[in-house]
Amino acid sequence: MSLDPSVYGDLLLSLLPELVLTGWTLVLLLFVAWRHRTVRDLRIAGWLTIAALISTAAATWWLWWNRAEVAGLAAMIAADDFRWVTTWVFLGAAALTVLISFSYLEREQLLAPEYYVLLLFGTLGMMIMAAGADLMVIFLGLELMSVAVYVLAGFDRRRARSAEAALKYFLLGAFASGFLLYGIALIYGATGTTNIRLIGAQVSFMGSPSVMLLVGLALLIVGFGFKIAAVPFHMWAPDVYDGAPTPVTAFMATGVKAAAFAALFRVMIQAFAGVPAWHDILWWLAVVTMVGGNLFALGQRSLKRMLAYSSVAHAGYLLVALAAGTRAGTSAFLVYVIAYTLMSLGAFAVLAAKGRGGESDVAIDDLAGLAGKRPWLAFALAICMLSLLGFPGTAGFIGKWYILIAATGAGQNVLATILVLTSVVSAGYYLPVIMAMYMKPEPIEAAHVDVYLDRWGRAAVAVVVAGLLLFGVWPNRLFDLARSAGDSVHPAVTTTTSGP
Amino acid sequence: MYARWVLNALLLWPLIAGLIVLLLPARLAKYVALGASLIEFALSVPLWWAFVPANGMQFVVDRAWIAGWGIRYTVGVDGISLFLVLLTTFLMPLSILGSWSYITKREGGFYSLLLVLTTGMIGVFVALDLFLFYVMWEVMLIPMYFIIGVWGGENRLYAAIKFFIYTFLGSLLMLVAIIVLYLHAGRVTGIYSFGYAHLLSQVGLLGPSAWWLFGAFFLAFAIKVPLFPLHTWLPDAHVEAPTAGSVILAGILLKMGTYGFLRFALPFFPSVALHQNVQLIIVILALIGIIYGGLVAMVQPDFKKLIAYSSVAHLGFVMLGIWALTLQSVQGALLIMINHGISTGALFFLAGMIYERRHSRLIEAYGGIARVVPMFAAILTIVSLSSIALPGTNGFVGEFLVLVGSFRTYPIATGLATTGVIVAAAYLLTALQRVIFNPLSNPENEKLTDLTPRELAVLVPLLVCILWLGIYPKPFLRRMEPSARQLIEQVRPGATQGLPVVSGGQP
Repeated sequence: MSLDPSVYGDLLLSLLPELVLTGWTLVLLLFVAWRHRTVRDLRIAGWLTIAALISTAAATWWLWWNRAEVAGLAAMIAADDFRWVTTWVFLGAAALTVLISFSYLEREQLLAPEYYVLLLFGTLGMMIMAAGADLMVIFLGLELMSVAVYVLAGFDRRRARSAEAALKYFLLGAFASGFLLYGIALIYGATGTTNIRLIGAQVSFMGSPSVMLLVGLALLIVGFGFKIAAVPFHMWAPDVYDGAPTPVTAFMATGVKAAAFAALFRVMIQAFAGVPAWHDILWWLAVVTMVGGNLFALGQRSLKRMLAYSSVAHAGYLLVALAAGTRAGTSAFLVYVIAYTLMSLGAFAVLAAKGRGGESDVAIDDLAGLAGKRPWLAFALAICMLSLLGFPGTAGFIGKWYILIAATGAGQNVLATILVLTSVVSAGYYLPVIMAMYMKPEPIEAAHVDVYLDRWGRAAVAVVVAGLLLFGVWPNRLFDLARSAGDSVHPAVTTTTSGP
Repeated sequence: MYARWVLNALLLWPLIAGLIVLLLPARLAKYVALGASLIEFALSVPLWWAFVPANGMQFVVDRAWIAGWGIRYTVGVDGISLFLVLLTTFLMPLSILGSWSYITKREGGFYSLLLVLTTGMIGVFVALDLFLFYVMWEVMLIPMYFIIGVWGGENRLYAAIKFFIYTFLGSLLMLVAIIVLYLHAGRVTGIYSFGYAHLLSQVGLLGPSAWWLFGAFFLAFAIKVPLFPLHTWLPDAHVEAPTAGSVILAGILLKMGTYGFLRFALPFFPSVALHQNVQLIIVILALIGIIYGGLVAMVQPDFKKLIAYSSVAHLGFVMLGIWALTLQSVQGALLIMINHGISTGALFFLAGMIYERRHSRLIEAYGGIARVVPMFAAILTIVSLSSIALPGTNGFVGEFLVLVGSFRTYPIATGLATTGVIVAAAYLLTALQRVIFNPLSNPENEKLTDLTPRELAVLVPLLVCILWLGIYPKPFLRRMEPSARQLIEQVRPGATQGLPVVSGGQP
């Protein structure tokens, strides 16, 4: 199905998932304007959110099934498999976040259903970011997402830490947006357009890139670097992740990061394929992020901060996929980001269950003896940890494996080696979690009586674990999807080798 | 028929049984686990007869797994892996029976992990697809990590994480090397596959990158063996692990390293492995392992630690035999791998049995117990003698073949290695004397009870093997020979021509 963006109907059709989600969000907004007092209202709002996410996913599926594509070069919205797959990732991350939010919001007495409205706006922003074929559209999506998430980070307004997180995130995020916007302006100055494909055409036409373009590109990378929390732009991440309510942290660590990466991939590959300079920049960024993230995580005692730094480290692994710059790299990114979303959400869900009254105080050693009392929860967290570690049999391994193939396939053997060496370091902080749960005795009697996850939270964790194990053993379908989606971003002309 | 399903069954059955054990009530766990491992053993025994030595890879099963990457589920057995598979299935029921009274908490988890571990170990030995090999290699890490970490001694957390990180470091670098090999073979032939035979046929054109790749494989396997100076995880893990854990670690897990050298590192990178300097380094490291391992074992106050260091020495012989690359030395190395599993396994069982009675692993805590527990003393003596390599026991055959075979290639190193045999006698006989002879000084030892029928049931099969392999090793050698010969030919063409055949005439 070819969509012509100059025809009004086709334009609406190409924006179908976003429009569906916008419609639902407005309905939800109206709903919470009247009903926002009781637990029941909160529940209804939550289920409306789930319904919104499912129908958006269905709309996306419909477009995917009909092979929707946008005709011509100059469209502001892309319609390719990459967009559909990343959209599903955002929707899945949001849905799992909703499932673990139910009991969390009630337990922490955050009885404000606007939470779900913000969540949906954030998701909408992510979808627009991944769909944007124009730097301005990407920027709009980024701002929509960021503003919603700023508020979500400070949602627990009675706790100082949550407010601190929101303020910090807002200030630094605004800075990052400034960088990004300035970068876009310079790129516009150098090429005369903000359309990604046209920039790509201009850049390859220009031959050697001008200084203005390079500065613009550098600022763009800085702006995205903030959003994906790459070292050295990660400073905000631990504090913000730590202070925000845990389900929000989960959403930030997965959805926000995935969206920023999706946009970064599209920009780098479609607009700047002709500028070799970014490979070097990203190479170093990946190395520094992997080494820094893993080493910082090693020193953490608090589980939540450890997961925050671990998400920095995983941004480094994803940057390796980007630095490879090949089709395999893009597909590897998609596989990894799906695995990462699952395992991160699972880990945060268990953390939310454990951390009654302030999960930022849950030290890794506080999990001691959990396996004896809550075997299934401990099992789920152990699987998530092994998957984060990249252990065979889990989706995390398949993702890491694919990134390694992409990196070595692009001749980046050193990068691949650094990736595995830093993975060994990561064993130093993932394993203590397993060790505490299984190998240490309960510190005091009844240390885990208040660990609670309602049935929807448990369902979310079960989905995560099942997904991690399934994709760990049988990744064929996931792999095929990621391959076609990864290919769709790259220009069609460079089909040379088959291979992975 | 049997040939088509046996390996699948051997890999799948322990997994299923492990799940069943986990779901059953804990008091049933050990019975079900024992039954399951006996069934596993019974399934594997016909391999002995069904195996045709001259046929190379047998019982091959080959199915598509992850088609997009050219990953297949390919398994098979040849004369090198046959005995390692049989050793695994043979030691598992004994380990389970040997843990009967040692493991008192979380029994379901323990026995279930032992069964899952069985799948991992057999998987490593039969995998003919490098992806599958890698997955199995890592998968067996987790059960062992838990076995040491949950049921181990006082210092178990440290030992468990050290064991894990050492192995993980080596194996991840190997992972990168596997991927580089895969991409290399894919670019040359256009066929992207992790199949062992496919990769093996394309490694000739690697050029200088072969050095790095060999280095990565070498590190992974050398940590596992363990080769000096990468052995430091071993004493910790062996000492802290529960009896069954020590037995399996020494008996089977260490063999994965030497098996990896034989199956992958040598055939893939012959030009590097046989480079003069590399040979020199490895032979020197093996020698240090033999002599240093023996000397360190001599001063250990802890009986389990003594056995652990003796493992370093034994595996040094294996490495020497592999690198000498003559028919005798490779067969000898294979035999030592089996013998070490049997003798050292038996030693760890004995150490565990006496520990259960006295709760001390210190040699000085005992003395003169031969009068109190004559049966224990007799068996300990036989097993120690086999570990020393006394003629008539299994240990002798293996070490003799290695020394004879290696002398041709490395005369000086072999001469030095011979002193290792003497050192072994020195530390084991001294320890034996201090434990079972000498005056009975400690009154606590007077109340020791002798071996129970269950414990005898664990030890007698091992004793039978010790004598069988010591007196009549021909059936083993005959099954190994063609595969060993093929391997040597692969690495160093023409090396086996005109050499006397160890196993003699026709069956």
